[in-house]
Amino acid sequence: MKLMNEFTKGILKENPVFVSLLGMCPTLAVTTGAFNGIGMGLSTTFVLICSNLVICLLRKVIPAQVKLPCYIVIIATFVTLIQFLLHGFVPSLYTSLGAFLELITVNCIILGRAEMFACKNGPVASVLDGAGMGLGFTLALFLMGSVREILGSGTWLGITIPGMTGHTMSLFVMPAGGFFVLGILIAVVCKLSNRKPPKKLGCAGCPNAHACSAKCEETNA
Amino acid sequence: MGLLTVSPSPHIRSSMTTQRIMMMVILALVPSIAAGTVFFGPRALILIVFCALVAMFTELVCCALMKKDNTISDGSAMLTGILLALNLPATLPLWQAAIGCIFAIAVVKQLFGGLGCNFANPAITARIFLLLSVGSDMTSWVKPFYYLDAPAWGIFEAAGSNALDGLTGATPLATGDAGLMELFIGNVGGSIGETSALAIIIGGLFLIITKVISPATPIAYLGSLSALMFIQVLVTGGEMTEVLYALLSGGVMLGAFFMATDYVTTPITAKGKIIFGIGCGVLTFVIREFASMPEGCSFSILLMNLLTPYIDKFTRTNPVGARKPEKEATE
Repeated sequence: MKLMNEFTKGILKENPVFVSLLGMCPTLAVTTGAFNGIGMGLSTTFVLICSNLVICLLRKVIPAQVKLPCYIVIIATFVTLIQFLLHGFVPSLYTSLGAFLELITVNCIILGRAEMFACKNGPVASVLDGAGMGLGFTLALFLMGSVREILGSGTWLGITIPGMTGHTMSLFVMPAGGFFVLGILIAVVCKLSNRKPPKKLGCAGCPNAHACSAKCEETNA
Repeated sequence: MGLLTVSPSPHIRSSMTTQRIMMMVILALVPSIAAGTVFFGPRALILIVFCALVAMFTELVCCALMKKDNTISDGSAMLTGILLALNLPATLPLWQAAIGCIFAIAVVKQLFGGLGCNFANPAITARIFLLLSVGSDMTSWVKPFYYLDAPAWGIFEAAGSNALDGLTGATPLATGDAGLMELFIGNVGGSIGETSALAIIIGGLFLIITKVISPATPIAYLGSLSALMFIQVLVTGGEMTEVLYALLSGGVMLGAFFMATDYVTTPITAKGKIIFGIGCGVLTFVIREFASMPEGCSFSILLMNLLTPYIDKFTRTNPVGARKPEKEATE
């Protein structure tokens, strides 16, 4: 039951994009279409699951002083792997993701889960955590990509939507539209998960509080 | 006993209410609305009324959804709708104008807390939103008096319709071939409210004389733009009429008198207003001359809107007799 919770928390309750606001760079940059969103999300999920597993298995071997370089080396290995796979089998996706595929290496979701979860938990929990977070990321990217593609280009997953021709608003495929859609979606997710803005900013209202070691000073919101 | 009753300040009350100011500004826009209707036909008037109604309806729905007091009676939503319509080409399809009004009221104004809390001018932001979203319809200008040549019912058609073939043209700002007198009266292509400099100046002077707006911003804006144009003419060796041409064409006049003088999104102090106006003038000049777009008036005002809190902080005045606040100790 507890393991199931590790999986489901990433999808809505601790969604990396809509709740923790991690990985903003790929979220805003590659979601001009729904297919790009799925591709980026699944690539990240693959890297996240693999790196979580390896890091959690090596957690007693890696010395604390050099843990970040070690994490990066492990993550970069899997990113190289997925990069070659995409280049070989889905070259169109490889081209449209461009530099953002390589930038998965420094994606803060992956490094964050390694630092906050995988180095403290067992392999099964780590894999489930990685899968849940990755799925949450993929869902968020797919949702954003869908909204932006439908409103901005009049297509969905490349299929032209009847009635949308000549009624598209190109703002939504521009960077400004990305920020706009992200803000609206965060507001909707907040409403759906019934979260109220915290009265006081501090550890109490922070979704990452349980895994955070720093004690922040409380300030009035 | 009445004399002894003590009430808390303010003790001096002015008859100037929000509602009254909004009505004065709408009154000042009447010459521009009339000029727009004469030059661009009944569709321009329909678009203005439609925008005002959609903006007011959006305000009503937003207030109901957010469980706030209904603020529709202060007239600010109506003014936003009219100002936005004056910034649109007369042939813009109505659904696009409606999206612009909803964006202006719901997103730019109400999501940030309603009148007085919005950080940017709703009409300007909505115009830029539409310009980036539906660029081709937003830049298809019909020629003035096109409705006399259009076939019956063609006068109500939106951009892209066959009835309007051959009746559209580029804005004189891009072509640079209109006469100065034509520009002054407004007998050129452009958006509904921006073409007639004469009508805008009449409205602007009315607002300045009735002290609704301060003359500082328009003077600083138009002054800095003309100064920069003057220098450019001196350097490139063109004709001096280019300076007048730059002032009279495009949306500068409408922007300087009605957009850059918005109470909420521009600085409070006179010094701040001058800085704001100069900033707008410089940015408009830079965008017009060095960027890929023909007009930069709305972008420059939006950019200066964002800088307004900092200008206000920089030009803060001290109350009479108060000691200057000591500088904060550097850490």
